[in-house]
Amino acid sequence: MPAFVIRRLLQSVLVLGVMSLLVFAGVYAIGNPVDILIDPQAGQADIARAISALGLDRPLVEQYLIFLRQALAGDLGNSFVYNVPAIQLILERMPATLELALAATTLAVLLGIPLGLWAGLAPDSWQGKLIMSGSILGFSLPTFWVGLLLIMLFAVELGWLPASGRGPTTEFLGVQVSFLSWDGMRHLILPAINLALFKLSLIIRLTRAGTREALLQDYVKFARAKGLSNARVVGVHVLKNIMIPVVTVIGLEFGSVIAFAIVTESIFGWPGMGKLIIDSINVLDRPVIVAYLLVIVFLVILINLAVDIVYSLLDPRVRIGEAQA
Amino acid sequence: MTEPTLRVENLHTHFFTRQGVVKAVEDVSFSVAPGKILGLVGESGSGKSVTGYSIMGLVDPPGRRVAGRILLGGDDLCAMTSEQMRSVRGRRIAMIFQDPMMTLNPVLRIDTQMIEAIRAHTSVSRVVARERARDALAQVGISAPEERLLAYPHQFSGGMRQRVAIAIALLNKPELIIADEPTTALDVTIQAQILFEMQTLARDSGTALIWITHDLSVIAGLADEICVMYAGRIVEQGTVDAVLDAPLHPYTHGLIDSVPSRGRRGEPLRQIPGMAPSLLDPAQGCAFRERCSRADSACIDQPALSIPIAGRQLRCFHPMPSAAIA
Ligand SMILES: Nc1ncnc2c1ncn2[C@@H]1O[C@H](COP(=O)(O)OP(=O)(O)O)[C@@H](O)[C@H]1O
Ligand code: SF4
Ligand SMILES: [Mg+2]
Repeated sequence: MPAFVIRRLLQSVLVLGVMSLLVFAGVYAIGNPVDILIDPQAGQADIARAISALGLDRPLVEQYLIFLRQALAGDLGNSFVYNVPAIQLILERMPATLELALAATTLAVLLGIPLGLWAGLAPDSWQGKLIMSGSILGFSLPTFWVGLLLIMLFAVELGWLPASGRGPTTEFLGVQVSFLSWDGMRHLILPAINLALFKLSLIIRLTRAGTREALLQDYVKFARAKGLSNARVVGVHVLKNIMIPVVTVIGLEFGSVIAFAIVTESIFGWPGMGKLIIDSINVLDRPVIVAYLLVIVFLVILINLAVDIVYSLLDPRVRIGEAQA
Repeated sequence: MTEPTLRVENLHTHFFTRQGVVKAVEDVSFSVAPGKILGLVGESGSGKSVTGYSIMGLVDPPGRRVAGRILLGGDDLCAMTSEQMRSVRGRRIAMIFQDPMMTLNPVLRIDTQMIEAIRAHTSVSRVVARERARDALAQVGISAPEERLLAYPHQFSGGMRQRVAIAIALLNKPELIIADEPTTALDVTIQAQILFEMQTLARDSGTALIWITHDLSVIAGLADEICVMYAGRIVEQGTVDAVLDAPLHPYTHGLIDSVPSRGRRGEPLRQIPGMAPSLLDPAQGCAFRERCSRADSACIDQPALSIPIAGRQLRCFHPMPSAAIA
């Protein structure tokens, strides 16, 4: 196992290196930040000074090398707009995004697995059909539209929940979180539901398909032939088998939850990385965009590593294969 | 004569599919005495497995037992609630399946799968259940059972997995074991070992055994009695020696003829012509009619079960000429 982890970490460094190049080149290709940052009325000399202060007058390769050298020292450049380290901006906003993503994933798992099991165990019942129709809706309705609808209904019409913002935060293990206070929780609910909807549908479908497949397997019939209760057959024999694909997909999708949070955060004014990146793209704040993309790639790599480890813990066949390799 | 362990009377099991009713088991009756082995033989698709599942109460929807009685030591399984039936499964009747690669749950350790089988029926501690599991593994010839308990199914060979499945079947000392082609997927030497062990076991413990197979040569050395199934019905029944020496039903005769034997080396194998009929909307009359060389206009009706000789049963209008009947 340690050898496996080290190998994966080395691969990750390589991926990060390649990504930094791609991101840097890609971001450089979009527009000229000076046009946006500098007052259009400014004189030629002011513009030149700004360009040289931002280092934009040097050759592209040199800019990249400077960026890389500083990046290795943990410095991804200062935000053009806020004039503070870009990485610091991202890290400040990260807890809000992670909290939202975790809340959405938890919601999707807690609802998705039981609903998927139900739909898989009774596919022809009206409940099973309802669950499946619901999951098709969850798949096909656009996130921003559902978000607006949620706001219209629960915030505007009914006035039960706030429409925007994060509310008060409480310190928990050194980070600021919303879910510990009632008011914070009320702010979290709508965006979490909005972000969870797509994953919920995905988990329902995966769980249902896995359940239906497992029920046809001989090991389920053999488990019944042993006289096990229905609860044990479903809760242990079926569930343990379908958890393997479900956990893998939930893990791998966590990265995309963080990425999709951009839409939800924009709609609900949630002060996370997603909202920051949209604002930064609007003003072409390159260091922040680059830092955001690199942080996301880094997170995804970490998540994939964690998923691989959990996967090998869940599936004994993989665990043995790895030990022999 | 001793009271039979299991008596099946006029069992009918049908599948109510979209295309129509599949009559997988039609009017099947037989019984097995303690310590005896009943061979259930027939081509694939003749309803052998469904007969086994019917006894276990494990027929998958859209299938259902529609008529008949299944008496286990006097208790009618068809009249039981699902909870009563659950407590019969694995305790009074155990079943072993065909493919040992598929019957054990791949993500659960052997000890988990054995201990749960004990604790589903007896309230014993984990420690006691574990000891019983270990002893059962030893009983079926698995060495180092203590360590093997901690293994996962994929760490066993096919033959070893089937032994584990047999050990699980033995755990609660059932009155009846239904073995559904348990050696078909194994190679010949392992098959012979397992057959021999199961035979000894049935004899020593008084467990009745129903051995399902499509392979007559397996049954020949193993069973006491034989039931030949064709298209959901039992067409011939009797002691193994009587049926194999003097088959009365043309289908049984064809089956025996198609077994390769040393005496006929060099001759081409004789196959029964034609294909097994569909059980969905079967034609009127004897289901074997299309493939039978002895068929005539009488066979347009369904032949009833007759008793041509003591201890034999038959469904045929024109039995094979045989020294035994003449
Ligand atoms: N789930 C099912 N749905 C519909 N028909 C089935 C189902 N299971 C079995 N059958 C029917 O029952 C018949 C007997 O099957 P089976 O008992 O498995 O045969 P055998 O074990 O003798 O090979 C098959 O021909 C098939 O048409
Ligand atoms: S009843 Fe007729 S068709 Fe059927 S097996 Fe006997 S002879 Fe052949
Ligand atoms: Mg079968």
